[in-house]
Order: sequence, then structure tokens, then C-alpha cells
Amino acid sequence: MKFGVVVFPGSNCDNDTLHAVRDVFEQEAEFLWHKDHDLKGSDCIILPGGFSYGDYLRSGAIARFSPLMQEVKEFALKGGIVLGICNGFQVLLELGLLPGAMMRNKNLKFLCQHVYLRIENKDTPFTQAGHEGQVLRIPIAHFDGNYYTDRKGLKELERNQQIVLRYTNEEGYLTEEANVNGSLDHCAGLMNKAGNVLGMMPHPERASEAILGSRDGRLIFQSIINYIHHT
Amino acid sequence: MSEKTIIDEQTIKEHNLTLDEYALIQELIGREPNLTELGIFSLMWSEHCSYKSSKVHLKKLPVTGKNVIQGPGENAGIIDIGEGLVAVFKIESHNHPSFIEPYQGAATGVGGILRDIFTMGARPIAAMNSLRFGPLDIPKNRSIMDGVVSGIAGYGNSFGVPMVGGDVYFNDCYSLNPLVNAFCLGLAEKDKIFYARAEGFDNAVLYVGSKTGRDGIHGATMASAEFGEDLEEKRPNVQVGDPFKEKLLLEACLEVMDQGLVVGIQDMGAAGLTCSTTEMAANAGTGIEIDLDLVPQREEGMTPYEIMLSESQERMLIVAEEDKVERVQEVFAKWDLDAVRIGRVTEGGRLHVKWHGETVVEIPVDSVVNLCPAYNREYSPPSPPQPIIENTTISTPQNYKEVFLKLLTSPTIANKEWVFRQYDHMVQTNTAFLPGADASLLRIKDQKRALAITLDGNSLYTYLEPRSGGKIAVAEACRNLACVGATPIGVTNCLNFGNPEKPEIMWQFKEVVEGVAEACQTFDIPVTGGNVSFYNDTKGVSIHPTPVLGIVGMVDDIDKAVSPGFKEEGHIILLLGENKDELGASEYLRWVLREEKGRTPQIDLDYEKRVHQVCLDAIDQELLFSAHDISEGGLAVCAVECAFLSPTNMGCSLDLRSDLRPDVLLFGETQSRILVTISDKNLEAVLALAEKHKVTAAVLGTTGGDTFKISVNDLSIFEVPVLEAYNAWKQAIPEYFKVR
Repeated sequence: MKFGVVVFPGSNCDNDTLHAVRDVFEQEAEFLWHKDHDLKGSDCIILPGGFSYGDYLRSGAIARFSPLMQEVKEFALKGGIVLGICNGFQVLLELGLLPGAMMRNKNLKFLCQHVYLRIENKDTPFTQAGHEGQVLRIPIAHFDGNYYTDRKGLKELERNQQIVLRYTNEEGYLTEEANVNGSLDHCAGLMNKAGNVLGMMPHPERASEAILGSRDGRLIFQSIINYIHHT
Repeated sequence: MSEKTIIDEQTIKEHNLTLDEYALIQELIGREPNLTELGIFSLMWSEHCSYKSSKVHLKKLPVTGKNVIQGPGENAGIIDIGEGLVAVFKIESHNHPSFIEPYQGAATGVGGILRDIFTMGARPIAAMNSLRFGPLDIPKNRSIMDGVVSGIAGYGNSFGVPMVGGDVYFNDCYSLNPLVNAFCLGLAEKDKIFYARAEGFDNAVLYVGSKTGRDGIHGATMASAEFGEDLEEKRPNVQVGDPFKEKLLLEACLEVMDQGLVVGIQDMGAAGLTCSTTEMAANAGTGIEIDLDLVPQREEGMTPYEIMLSESQERMLIVAEEDKVERVQEVFAKWDLDAVRIGRVTEGGRLHVKWHGETVVEIPVDSVVNLCPAYNREYSPPSPPQPIIENTTISTPQNYKEVFLKLLTSPTIANKEWVFRQYDHMVQTNTAFLPGADASLLRIKDQKRALAITLDGNSLYTYLEPRSGGKIAVAEACRNLACVGATPIGVTNCLNFGNPEKPEIMWQFKEVVEGVAEACQTFDIPVTGGNVSFYNDTKGVSIHPTPVLGIVGMVDDIDKAVSPGFKEEGHIILLLGENKDELGASEYLRWVLREEKGRTPQIDLDYEKRVHQVCLDAIDQELLFSAHDISEGGLAVCAVECAFLSPTNMGCSLDLRSDLRPDVLLFGETQSRILVTISDKNLEAVLALAEKHKVTAAVLGTTGGDTFKISVNDLSIFEVPVLEAYNAWKQAIPEYFKVR
């Protein structure tokens, strides 16, 4: 299978993400330049972390206008697998592929640290290698990761099991302290209703090798690879 | 000439030049300079750019070695690390701007050091900062610290370089003069290094990056004078950073370099267009001719003086062959950046600047860059000398537990997570050790090897005994590297001092440099560059002399690297080195007893080196589970930090044997000591290594349980639940920043 990693001006986890899928998982992978109109036959598109266009406006607000986003949107609407990590998640929200919005972290500081996530829904292309309730240790690094949506929207997310990952403590409990950025309903990873687009604030590419302190992020990439191979 | 301003004594003074210096300028150019030319000289001859007061002493530093590719004098130092790669690194201060405008001051400090690295062809792979603040109970110091940390985070996080650590110290002397020293390490291929040289007559001179504005005019001159009551008026002198532009600039520069389109390149940092044009020409023995009307400008009506002196950020000067100009411009256009031809390389060694069709500058570049007078300024030790304090006059603690917990709340010792978690320290996925370890460890992808980096500099030591303090700064940095299993390969230093025109400050400087030089010689590591920051005085008060040593080390096998935390219960805790009767200059005296007095710990550099060798050999033979150096707070703080850094707040009990007073034994900061843990079966092997290198080694106790216990000669001194100590240590800094 083939991964396409989108490069916006200001993306800074593009190399890390490519390294994870190409070198660690030994999959075919290529960068996709934001000004192009070519997905180069990718089976899965990843919008990586970073500060697209500097994020001087709202995170992701300008990146959504990049020429390539037209193709990404069409790809997603046809059921293609799209993963947005951190800034990529923010871009997916701005693109309207995922519902809701991000606010500043509750302590109004940038946060870079390992967090614990609980898999809430394992029947997705992104988590099927895991089991429900499984706790993953994966780092975050963001200023705007405080997820918000309105009450009606939240009900819908819950009804469709769209909140795929939640911030918990090490034991898997939903504590106030574990919800480091203040996200609504501890939302760390959110899927669209059709189940082919996932946005997540934690960085699985930073937790895919033992030398980096955790291999739990592998589960996300492994799930995608398994899913694509079986479809 | 368009600027007919008469240059009088007042103008000369405003440009921070002496009358003698002005006379020399007239002699060198054979006439009166105009105002723009005066501005150019004032910048390039400022202390910040010319090193005129420090040169004579900096010569004492060892700068050569078989792996040195580039020593001092370029944008950054370069060390050959083998397998076709080089390490490019440098530290630089941004103290003055960070006081005036903490966020932008610190942010642009990071931006400047990043450009120094990538202008040489290296991709920055890690950054660190050495920060010094005044006491946090003063609100102004909290706001400075908050601004500085956010500024560093704001710039580094967006650019995408991991801020992997550094050090933060607190002292009254930094209350009106915080220090922000930014370090960066980059990796480059050995055959793709670029220098600041304008070679090849008629080659094109290209201006790339952001447009020029009026920001930062006189930044370098500002950094070369004391601050008086006019602090607020200096705010417009601080530049504003744009990390997004810098990231684009990085990618575009590396791309044109990779395609072989660049002859020479220099970043426009301090002294902007002035510095880059004159230095590039002087380095190559050529001249440069530029037309200011072609310089991209973001403000209208800028004068030649303003354009030449602007310190707008995120700009570079590139020299390229004529037939490659178009390809350079294509790459920059891809990254949405300007790349404009503003002139050409000329013969004759002169800087020729045109504006509105007229010549506005016509001066020899050599006189600007190389002929600034150097001063051997007067120096003398302080009178009266620093107070010595005898241990016998210090009362012993009544309650050791209470004193110990208090010591853990000293912000210098306390947990710095409040700082580090605002920095993205994991981007680029090479960070093998999180901030808090003795040294940061960075893997090199596809290799077994790793790079380790550390910053160090205890200014209380250098204040009380500058020479010993200088030696200790190097020794401790090397010890930090030894603790993770790294051998030092190169040094960069940032020397922060007060006004060099004061003899006692100059004496501190000379003593510190000589101490640093001696230690670098003993450890056989070259100094490849750095920065001197004088005039760290505000309202007549000087900071403590503060050398910051950035040392890069190499780990041969990353899988053998060792971190400081205890690993398992039942391990033996072993001390490498000796406890001595030293309590002077300690954090315990400063924070608990409020005394900045006494003798700095004495150091035997040969012994220190042997201690490192024991640790390195033991790590190489995979005999150690953890290693942590003993520094601020002494043995007790070192041991409890190993507990805090264990996965489970694992306790330990130390059963010490000593004739020393317990307070000296627990909190004294004797050098050349490392605390390691080992399993029973390796004890003999480690002791044999210690014996081989003639280093004292003693079993102090074992790991395990959830309390931290210390006894001396079978008498219990204190015990405390690790969690209780941990909370005191962890909460100390956040407590100051709680919204009340």
C-alpha cells in the first residue's frame, strides 16, 4: 500500500511521519506538495503536524485553501482513508471533514508531554489492531488541542461512536487531570460519521520506536495497513 | 551624498564610539565618514560584533583539534563526526532584548541561532537554552520568565526544532538583567558545508527572505552598553520574529545548497545587511557593490542608514554564479520567498552602496571587519576580596528533613517541567532522553551512534572564585556527558559579564576564560566558537560573571546509553569520587541560609577526568543501570533526583560513613562525583575500574521502598516519603505561576 504525506508550508512533522510509515513500517510512501493537484495514487493520506502557514490566524485555517485540499476532500468523500495528526486534525476541522473546533489548551500554554489514551471504538480502520479499553501512551505537542462542539453535535458523536480516542490516566480512567488540554468529553481522536477520516491530537509517529520511549503509536499505523490490505 | 548631517562629538557618542576610534576611522578611509558610514562602523566596531575587549583573552582558548573543520570566526563551529557527517553548533546570547521585550527578545534569539546553523548547510536537529532569572517572588521576574519561555516555545515549536533541555538558574543578580543564551546543533554532510564568503568577481549578490523594515536598528549597539533609566525607550530596538518565514527560509536555503547553486551565504543577524556584506567580502578578499533601491522593503521612505542598519529577521545574503541566479529564484519562489539580485561581487575590497543613483557608502571592507582596535583593558581583583566563610561558623540544621524539603523548592533545583513542557522537545523524532537527564541524547537515524549535548554554568561559583568556577563549568558539562556515556568532542561558550570598562569585571573575565581554557586543554576539547555578552549591568549593578558552556558529545552505541533514574529495587548505590569538607558557594547556603559566600569547591581536573573515565568504561561494559552527577544541592539532592526520575518514585536508603559534618556531607557541592547504581554481580567489576583509574568508590546504600532515608555512621539523619519530596520539588515553580 502507499501513504501520501501532505507538505504545507510550515509542516514540521512531515519528515517524522514519512520516516514512520516508510522506514519503520517499510511501506511505500511519498510527500504530496500542497500546491499540486496530485495524490500520486496514495491509499492513505496523512496530514502531518506542524504550523501550516505559521498558524498566525486560526490553526489550519489557511491550509484548507491549499490547492491539494480539493483532491483530499474528494478522496475523503469517496471513502478514502485520511489521517490528520495534530495540525492535520486542525486542518480537517477547518476543511469541514470533521465536526467541531479547537480552542487553546485550558492552561493557555503549549503542552508537550506523554499522555494516555483509551481506545473507545476498535471497529475503525485506525484502531482495529487494538481492543476496546486499551490504554496507549503517546505524546502530544500543541497549543490548540482543546476540542469543542455544541451539545447537539456531541450527542451525535456519541451516538455514532465517533470519539475514537479519549484522554485518560494510566489506568484508563477519565480523570480531570488526565484531560490535559480540557477537551470536551476528553476527546483526543475524532472520526467522521462514515468512518474513513480520523483526526487525533497525539502524535503516533513519535511513539513508533522503542528508542523514543513508546511503541504504542504503532497501533494506529498498523491498523491502517491491515485495513487497506483487507479491502 | 544625500545625508549632510554634520558629525559632531554628540553623534559619535550616540554611536558608542570613542573619539580615538573616530579618528582611526577617518584615517582608514582617508576622509570624514558620512552618517551611514559612521553607522556601519559603529555596528561592526561595537563590542557585540568586534570582540574588542575580549579578543586578547579569548586567544587563550584551545581552538584546534584533529576533528575541527571550522573553529571560531564563522557563523558556527564545525566538528567532523565521521561517516561523512559533521556537527555544526553554536551558542549565542540575547540578553538585552529579552529584558526589554521578553517574548520577542527570546524568540529572535532562537531565530538567530537557528540561522547561524543552517546558513552553514546544516539542518538544525536540536536546540537548548540557558536561562537566568531573578527571584520569582518578584512579579516582574515572573513576567520576564513567562515571556521568555513562551517566546522560545513560540519560535522553536513553530520552526520545528526540538528544544531538548538546557538549564535555568535563579539569582538576585539577574533581577534586572535576565540572561537568555540560545544553543543549536545541526547536522550536515561533510561535502556540503557553506561559508560566508563572497567569492568570484561579478557573481550575483542575492537578498533572500523577509523584507527589510525599521525594526532592530542599533540592536548590536544596544547590546554593547549598560542600561540606564531609558529602558522603555529601547523597546523599538527589539526585532520581531516570524518563525514561519524562518522555516520556509530553512527549506529554501537547504534546497538551493543541495542543488549546488550557492557560492557563499551569510545570515543577516546582528548588524543585518552591513555585517553580511562586509564580512562576506572581507572573508573572500573581495568587494561588494549593492543598490539599496533593489532591497525589498516593507516600510516607505527608509534612508540608506536605516536599510543598512536594520536588523529585520529571517533574511540571508547569497552569492551565486550568474547562470544559477534564475534557479535560485525558482526555489525561493516555490517557498513563497523573495530572492532579489541587489548587487555583485567586485574587485578591490570595497563596500560600495548606491541609493537613488548616488553613492552613499564607499569604504574598504577590511577596515570595517578586521581593523577595529582591540583593547587590553585594565583588570584587578575586587577589593575587598570575596568573603570566605568557615564551616565552623555555620550552624547545623535542627531539622534535616525540613531543610531538605526547603532545598528542593529552590527554583534552581526544583523540577523544570513548567518550562520544558512548553517546548516541543520531541519533534524530528530523535529525542532519546526527555529533558531532565544529565545530558540530552539524540539518535542519528540509521546509525548506532548518538549525539549528547549539555549546557552548564554555575555563576555563584564564578562569582566567588572566577577561575575555579570557569574550570568547574567545563568539568561539570563533561561530567554530564560522561553520565550518559558520551565523550566530549567540542565546546561552544557564551560568556556573560558586566561592563568590561570596570577593572574588576575585566578581572572576572580574564580569570574565567583562563579557567575555561585550562579545563578544555585537560579534557582535550576544542572551543569552536561562541559569543561574549558584556554590559550586563542595569542601573549600575552587574550580574555575576556567567560563563555558559555548551558541550557536544558522542555516544558510540545508543543502546548502551544510561539515564539518571533508578531502575529496579535492590540495586547497589555507588559513589564514584570523594566527599570533601566543602560547603561554600552551595545552593544550600544560598537558598536555605541566604548566604552567597564561601569558597567555591576546589577542583583537580586530572582526577575529574579519571572519574569520567570510570563512568564511561563502566557504561561501555554495560555495568551501570543509572548514573547522575552530583551538583547543586549536593549528594542528598542528587540521590533524590535519581528517585524522582525512576519510573515509580522508587526510594532508597543511604548509609553513609564519614567524619564530615552531616550538613556538609549531604549538601556540600564537592566536584568530581557521580552517583551510579549497579547490580550485586557487577560490584567487583566497577570497583576494579575505579581502582584502575585511581578513583575512590564507595557503596552508599541500596534502592527500593517508597521512602528516602539517610543515615550517617549508623545514626538516622532523616527519612521522608519519596512522594512528599517529589511534590515539593515538582510544585515549587508552578506554585509561583498559579493564578490567584
